[in-house]
Amino acid sequence: MPDLGLEVLWKGKNFARLLGSLWVALRISLIAALISVAAGILLGGLASRKQSVFSVILRVWLGIIHIMPQMVLLFLMYFGTTRAFGWNLSGETAAIIVFSLWGTAEMGDLVRGAVSSIPAIQRESAEALGLRPFQVFRFVILPQAVRRLIPLSINLITRMIKTTSLITLIGVVEILKVAQQIIEANRKASPNAAFGVYLTVFVLYYLACRPLSLAAKHLEKHWG
Amino acid sequence: MDWGYIQNVLPLYGKAAWLTLRTGAAGILLAAIVGLLCAAASHWRVPVLRRITAAYVEISRNTPLLIQLFFIYYGLPKIGIRTRPEACGILGLAFLGGGYMTEAFRSGIEAVDRIQEESALSLGLTRTQTFLHVILPQAAAISAPAFMANVVFLMKETSVFSAVSLMDLMFTAKDQIGLYYRTAENLFLLVGAYLLILLPLSLLGSVWERRLRYAGFGT
Repeated sequence: MPDLGLEVLWKGKNFARLLGSLWVALRISLIAALISVAAGILLGGLASRKQSVFSVILRVWLGIIHIMPQMVLLFLMYFGTTRAFGWNLSGETAAIIVFSLWGTAEMGDLVRGAVSSIPAIQRESAEALGLRPFQVFRFVILPQAVRRLIPLSINLITRMIKTTSLITLIGVVEILKVAQQIIEANRKASPNAAFGVYLTVFVLYYLACRPLSLAAKHLEKHWG
Repeated sequence: MDWGYIQNVLPLYGKAAWLTLRTGAAGILLAAIVGLLCAAASHWRVPVLRRITAAYVEISRNTPLLIQLFFIYYGLPKIGIRTRPEACGILGLAFLGGGYMTEAFRSGIEAVDRIQEESALSLGLTRTQTFLHVILPQAAAISAPAFMANVVFLMKETSVFSAVSLMDLMFTAKDQIGLYYRTAENLFLLVGAYLLILLPLSLLGSVWERRLRYAGFGT
């Protein structure tokens, strides 16, 4: 049995630190997901009406998000806007902004898709009963669209969690950075720590994402 | 915007873009092969292999590429498996993409009506012939949109290659910003280079998808 460098994890608070830094990544994706869901429902609802400006905005926005790698968007936010506008952004804030912009566009598209899948007669009947457009959306359309939306938005959140691994490259101290620190600090005592620690990071990400994608798959089958 | 500077660094970006394209294409090709093999294994219900591919798909789809690369590049050498940066990038992309490609092909194969396979078998075709000549061509048409979406997605994912010391577009941009503090010029070049690579791919994908839809495939 070769030395896998796993013993490093049990030294001091190493494992707790690793878990704590995973929380940094999870927190960023949770905040961004909350913003995205709220803003996405609003944008998607507005864009689902025919010939609205919002549907053009959503299309262009989505096009940009789909073409540019998230890494580039993070760079633009972190290095570009800070230089252009002279403000100061921490890596964490930049990540939350980029993820929210990305998530809002995707969520908006999902909402629009789900809304347009609901038969027109639902809207027409509600309007005939005298509901205002907002009331139609809030009380008639949205409740029916939610079942389709939940698994899709869980998938989006899973993708966000995976993408948070990139933020180490704009200087946020998250799990990959902490892993590097642990490996560096124990270079002499356990030279093979890189294997064990990176394997642990790998497994932790898997454990964070797998339940979510499992839930999404289950709900999709159940409700789809 | 300093155009003289842009002209000076343009060759650097050309080289980096070529690296991104080269490693991306190789990784995507490998991913497609892996995906096809895994989809075939799951279609034929090969006893043990089927379980392994199912586990592989879950693992590759539920972990980030950056972590996979770190494990391959920094972790595996400790147990004696060493890869050069470029091979590591391609390998990581193939590992991640294989999972996504498996799903794309599998859903295409599943969508082909079962009677197609039964008819082909009853006509005396072997199982391999049935798969290659009857099921796959129909499945390919259905899988095409998902396949192209994966190609664009994987090309975008190459942007983390700089973390395993590959001198790709991200690396070049970060390096130049660090050295000369020319943020605007370098971000402009970075976005331009990715647009040049990804816009044609994405357009090709949507044109292809529309054609297949009008041809009546995959409905």
